[in-house]
Amino acid sequence: MEDKLKAIAREAKICLDEASDLKKLNEIRVKYLGKKGELTKVLRGMGSLSAEERPRIGQLANSVREELEEYLERRTDELKNKELEERLSREKIDVTLPGKPCMLGKMHPLTRIQGEIEDIFTGLGFNVVEGPEIETDYYNFEALNIPKDHPARDMQDTFFTGSEVLLRTHTSPIQVRTMEAAAPRVPLKIIAPGRVYRKDDDATHSPMFHQIEGLAVDYRITFADLKGVLKVFAESMFGSETRTRFRPSYFPFTEPSAEVDISCVMCGGKGCRVCSGTGWLEVLGCGSVHPRVLEISGYDSEQYTGFAFGMGLERITMLKYGIDDLRLLFENDLRFLEQI
Amino acid sequence: MKVSYKWLQEYVDIPVSPLELADSITSAGLEVDSVAELGKEIEKVYTGKIVEISSHPNADKLIICSVNVGGENNRQIVTGADNVKENNIIPVAVEGARLAGGLKIKKTKLRGIESRGMLCSGGELGLDTESLPENQAHGIMILPSDTPVGEDARKYTGLDDAVIELELTPNRGDCLSMIGVAREVAAIYNTSLKLPGADPKSLDEYIDGKAEVIIENNELCRRYVAKLLTGVKVFSSPVWMQERLRSAGIRPINNVVDVTNYVLMELGQPLHAFDYDKLKDGKIIVRRAKEGEILQTLDGTERKMKKDMLVIADSSGPVAIAGVMGGADSEVTGDTSMVLLESAYFDPSSVRRTSNYLGLRSESSLRFEKGIDVNGCLRAAQRAAKLLQEMGACSVLAGQIDNYPEYIEEKTIPIRPSRVGYLLGKEISQDECKNILSSLQFKVQQEDEEGFLVTVPTFRPDISREVDLIEEVARIHGYDRIPQTLPSGESTEGGRTERQRIMRQLRRELVACGVYEAITYSFHSRKEFDRLRIPEDSYLRNTIKIQNPLTEEQEIMRTLMLPGVLDIVRHNYSRRNYNAAVFDTGKVFHPRDNSDLPEEREKLAAVFTGKTENAWNTASGNMDFYYVKGILEAVLNRMGVKGCSLEPAFDNMTYHPGRSAYIQVHGEKAGIIGEIHPLVLENYELDQKVTAFEFDMEVLLQYAGKKDRYIPLPKYPGTNRDLAVVVAEDILARDVFRLIRKAGGELLRDVKLFDVYKGNQVSEGCQSMAFSLKFQAADRTLTDEEVNERISSITSILQKEFDARLRS
Ligand SMILES: [Zn+2]
Repeated sequence: MEDKLKAIAREAKICLDEASDLKKLNEIRVKYLGKKGELTKVLRGMGSLSAEERPRIGQLANSVREELEEYLERRTDELKNKELEERLSREKIDVTLPGKPCMLGKMHPLTRIQGEIEDIFTGLGFNVVEGPEIETDYYNFEALNIPKDHPARDMQDTFFTGSEVLLRTHTSPIQVRTMEAAAPRVPLKIIAPGRVYRKDDDATHSPMFHQIEGLAVDYRITFADLKGVLKVFAESMFGSETRTRFRPSYFPFTEPSAEVDISCVMCGGKGCRVCSGTGWLEVLGCGSVHPRVLEISGYDSEQYTGFAFGMGLERITMLKYGIDDLRLLFENDLRFLEQI
Repeated sequence: MKVSYKWLQEYVDIPVSPLELADSITSAGLEVDSVAELGKEIEKVYTGKIVEISSHPNADKLIICSVNVGGENNRQIVTGADNVKENNIIPVAVEGARLAGGLKIKKTKLRGIESRGMLCSGGELGLDTESLPENQAHGIMILPSDTPVGEDARKYTGLDDAVIELELTPNRGDCLSMIGVAREVAAIYNTSLKLPGADPKSLDEYIDGKAEVIIENNELCRRYVAKLLTGVKVFSSPVWMQERLRSAGIRPINNVVDVTNYVLMELGQPLHAFDYDKLKDGKIIVRRAKEGEILQTLDGTERKMKKDMLVIADSSGPVAIAGVMGGADSEVTGDTSMVLLESAYFDPSSVRRTSNYLGLRSESSLRFEKGIDVNGCLRAAQRAAKLLQEMGACSVLAGQIDNYPEYIEEKTIPIRPSRVGYLLGKEISQDECKNILSSLQFKVQQEDEEGFLVTVPTFRPDISREVDLIEEVARIHGYDRIPQTLPSGESTEGGRTERQRIMRQLRRELVACGVYEAITYSFHSRKEFDRLRIPEDSYLRNTIKIQNPLTEEQEIMRTLMLPGVLDIVRHNYSRRNYNAAVFDTGKVFHPRDNSDLPEEREKLAAVFTGKTENAWNTASGNMDFYYVKGILEAVLNRMGVKGCSLEPAFDNMTYHPGRSAYIQVHGEKAGIIGEIHPLVLENYELDQKVTAFEFDMEVLLQYAGKKDRYIPLPKYPGTNRDLAVVVAEDILARDVFRLIRKAGGELLRDVKLFDVYKGNQVSEGCQSMAFSLKFQAADRTLTDEEVNERISSITSILQKEFDARLRS
């Protein structure tokens, strides 16, 4: 009987070794270890054994069972792993094939840059305000210290919709409207983006474009504050290495007035085609609010001072993206809108 | 304004190079457009004399010149020029020379004859031929006969100079003169200014009785100075003057004209020279023109006058348009023997209006428009008389007529250095303020601890109050020396309004749905209304009109957004971008009866055409009505807009009558969605379906952004049931939904339509709609009986209302 048990163990192991899949293993398990399996059959014949032999054979039979079960488990693991590996290998795909396309959608570059600029200034405590695109002569010119016959009117060729009504030529009327509504409340800090219109249409001018106006009024707002705020803006917008340069200039509604240049974003100031070799790019105009404008809007110009600045959104956007043709911004060619 | 570096040195010592000078005047507020270093490229070009000319044996059009460029030996040069004669002195480029534009000269053979160099024209030396005198502008440049031979030709052609071109701001008319720029330079470098002499030697004979000046409109002509010159000889002005005029871009003509131009450039005062003998009765009358009066101006054009223009007339009629241009009849010619020199102050606005109206801009009108120095008129007349007299061109009658009815005083303005510091954020001492203002020729007086008084010369009409003086101090002190600080006052929060946040969110949501943002113009042609089939009586045709549009395409302000976005589709279609999903936000404009300003409403429009992107494993889908409606629903959902419904829009002519709907929010019409009408597509030359929606943001803004409160998630499982009903084809899904929800009651959590079928499985004229219903209660698990009861009330109401049959 002992021999028989040993033979079963040997035979079963050979079968398990030869089995090539989990199904075969299960058949072998049933054949040797099942309720009607070989091992059980042998154990059933234990009745014919002597009392001394019985425990020994019983023990042997148990150890054969344990040994086989262990062996079976090992083989099962081996085969499972093998099958998994085979499956994974079968399931291989070309991961370099393109993904399923999403409908992308993008914001217009002007909107994105406007948002960035607004974010910089709201972070500095400025509120975003808007104003009408169709304006009166009063808000667009008179209240900004640009009376009729003023030479500055020549610089801004205007579209008229009525004798005293026009398409605003700049966002500056928002300054006046805001001050009028707030006076004599301070501090006042606003940023005013919007569409503006000028009678000009060529490679570098569009009859409709965008400006962003800024204004701060308070006790003791200084020209130095203007320089500081615009320095922060230039560095946030174009990178911390950007340098700014203030040149005296002229606007009827600021005094002193300045034109602000930043170090060229393309060449870093060494001089290139974009900056015409000067290393500088003109990006905005600014100044201390003209006392007359403060007075017209209801502020005592002895007590309060302020600064104002205005920039062209198209100019900033073109510099940020390296766009060299203004028309692209209004053509709405999808290849442009998708690319940028 | 072109400023010659060499010429400028006559009035001020310049301690730096032209390029450095350009930098520092830019920093002081005179923007430099360019610096042209003349003759910089030129090498080895000498003055030479043509000793002999002989004909070329092999070519009719060529000649052989023997040229002396210094030393004993002459060199042989072949040229095709036809304006040279023996003994002419000309610029000669020898072998190894370099000309303007980098051209190099080598020894060569022309038709078999050796040529050792080249005779040069002004253009080849880089001179502006437009400003060369007539006799030098064409062909080889013939230099004056007393020019020494063998010298660097640059010295004798005005090329040893640099020209700084200024782009002046409109307030700095005073810098439209050499003396004005010199004043700035003197202030920047703290050096002294040298004024040119203006003291002609006069004859014993006085002007009195020979001429008369009557000013009829003092407000348009504040001052009129006349000088009388006699024994006038008209000839070419000296080379130095010609060179200076050329450097300023002015072509030399003859000595009389050149001197008036020279003084205009030097002092900024426009002058005019009349042929005295052509002025009837020696009379100058400054008056308004008579309507329709005609004058032939110097440029040969007949000008018809309007009555608000100012003219200079004699007893018989106009002889000049004041401040703009003189008349041809009284022009100085070779026969002129007496000249009446005009130096006047005309009103800036009047000159601007006149020159705008006539489309005639001159160096004179440019200066009058900006405002010249009323107290400089006499000095300019004297200066011109002196220059002409010194070149032997005339004698000067003693005295002058100076009609100056109302003397214009210099303004006196107080300035407080404390205020300078307050405004600039940097303390600048009283002494420095004084020094800067004095260096700019302002007079400083009555100093005390508060500040001092500043007398502003009349050549600075732009200075009228303290802040203007502060700017002068700041710009000469240097903007770059003012520190950079941040406002020190009470802090402010800063941010966007609710409205602005919602508008931004809307754009983001549309982008998230795969739609691209576009920006279109706010104006378009009125023809767009016809293209869109907008009814004649529609309020949309009541527009704001632009009175002076650039083109017909931009004549009215938009009242709807659709033209802009359809134009995008057309534009892209023509560039073979067939698939588009684009939106645009902006304002539309409606006239208002009770206000000058129109109503401005924020609108949104989106267009979709073509297919979604396909890929190797995904078929593309049409961007059709349901695709677009899905996007609309998604956007409204994310914006938190509740209570939206669509009502079929049979009556809108722009859209497909069976495929369009009005968008309603809480019963208020807020927009439209639909397929564009085929006839409209035809008008836009599109042969592919386009679906669009337009939305009035003002309505949306009322309902957007309302935050929902959280509803607890269900604790008990729900039950799903499918229900397919067959109803007539014309029953709207919306109505079926409404009945199902009504009959389903509170326990019906969700209804989804998952299939619509028409075809041979259902009878003709019918459709099957399959719904998936979810029942759920918050407080218990529903029993089958409860659910069945709901289902049967749903089916019975559908049966009753729509004669619906259950489909098994
Ligand atoms: Zn650059």
